[in-house]
Amino acid sequence: MSLTAQDRIKPLALRQYLICLWGIVWREGLRFLHQRERFISALVRPLVWLFIFAAGFRQVLGISIIPPYDTYILYEVYITPGLMAMIQLFNGMQSSLSMVYDREMGSMRTLLISPFPRWFLLSSKLFAGVFVSILQVYAYLLIAYFWEIEPPSLWGYVTVLPALALCGLMLGALGMVLSSLIKQLENFAGVMNFVIFPMFFASSALYPLWRVKESSPYLYYACALNPFTHAVELIRFSFYQKFDWISCAAVSAYTAVFLIAALIAYDPARGMLMRKNT
Amino acid sequence: MNALPTPALCVTNLTHAYGARKALDDVTFSTPQGRFTVLLGLNGAGKTTLFSLITRLYAAQQGEINIFGLNIIRHPSAALRQLGVVFQSRTLDLELSLIQNLLYHAALHGIEPKKARALGLAALERAGLSGRAQDKARTLSGGQMRRVEILRALMHAPHLLLLDEPTVGLDIKARADLIAQVRSLVKEQNLSVLWTTHLIDEIDHDDEVIILHQGKILATGRADHIIKNSGAATISEAFALITGNHAERPLI
Repeated sequence: MSLTAQDRIKPLALRQYLICLWGIVWREGLRFLHQRERFISALVRPLVWLFIFAAGFRQVLGISIIPPYDTYILYEVYITPGLMAMIQLFNGMQSSLSMVYDREMGSMRTLLISPFPRWFLLSSKLFAGVFVSILQVYAYLLIAYFWEIEPPSLWGYVTVLPALALCGLMLGALGMVLSSLIKQLENFAGVMNFVIFPMFFASSALYPLWRVKESSPYLYYACALNPFTHAVELIRFSFYQKFDWISCAAVSAYTAVFLIAALIAYDPARGMLMRKNT
Repeated sequence: MNALPTPALCVTNLTHAYGARKALDDVTFSTPQGRFTVLLGLNGAGKTTLFSLITRLYAAQQGEINIFGLNIIRHPSAALRQLGVVFQSRTLDLELSLIQNLLYHAALHGIEPKKARALGLAALERAGLSGRAQDKARTLSGGQMRRVEILRALMHAPHLLLLDEPTVGLDIKARADLIAQVRSLVKEQNLSVLWTTHLIDEIDHDDEVIILHQGKILATGRADHIIKNSGAATISEAFALITGNHAERPLI
């Protein structure tokens, strides 16, 4: 009990920060391994789109040659980046669902009473979610590879990694903001209807935007503003070892906005948690 | 140098409202070091709000909280390091094993994994749970879960242990065991404890008691002094007299 004043307010060392980050990622990984259904459904969802939807629509939707593609491509190839982003979108929402669950169950509190700054704890939680989403995307790509969907060179698997990390952060941060707004677990179904579906369908995941523009300019503008469109395009270009600076800038900006909003939402002084934990 | 030791927890003029409803109204009290202090109040008295403010889940709208002299707003990290917390709801990760739960908590406090494992295994052994280190938390009984939660809260060697209605949902034996476990920590390790409850039989005559009622502190001091000062025969009677509400006596 007789600690000196300096000992007591000594800041935490960098190594301790790394231990904390590692601990949060490790727990998320363990939880993921224990929830096999979650992994399987995360994998089955895009595969259903790939094997059934894309196969069915192959003849209906012709894709002209648009960057980053140099030749005509199969529809399956076109929608693969969209499906990769979809895995991350679902994972981001799933993380937010687990945060609402954690908050209801109280385990969110064990995280938030850690002596590390709250921004660090929430960012670590975010990184942990991104890590899990990247594992899921590569599992999907492995199966897609046997379906002859692959980047022009194996380097594509490497160059897509930073894009996946950035997009995962953006969608995870969005999920975190939503988790602070959702009062109860039951309300989560609304997220499916009002966030996941509109984001996915009003994007370039399933059809190029020039096609949307032909049918409705307003929908085109909505698609062009949709953060998910930019995530899809960033992934699409980097998978082909190309860099789309517009989508990169857009995803970075959206990530910053969502991150700041999430940190405000979980800030103890202004936090929206206050209304829920009475 | 101040002759009086710094209080383990010092709450000054704390006020917190949800909209128009004041959950805490100008709350001031302190708890001494190395003592078992009971925060007694009925459901809705403001105990959980107070708990959330002390653990910095959210910030107080007015007033100050100091843990061993460390202000929770100015030095949140240092203050939280002094604090071990057992929440009212069960917060073990049911899918993880006991040792994994302890390791996760240790990581959240920046403790080296190797050291954390040794600490965790030793703690489980002391609690008679060494054979169950690899078992999932969901296989434990309610009382065992609480015991592991206390072990977990003490992993980073805090000086103040907060427990929010820890005996809720436990059977008589598990309750008695848990209280005995925490009291022995106070005696043997000079730990400071703040134990919130609405169950009056958890109070010993020489415990420090704080009576919180409808967001206000109505009495503080040793249980036997409170009884004497209120002219009652028992703490239950004293509580009824002080709160002026016989119909809402706490459970015995």
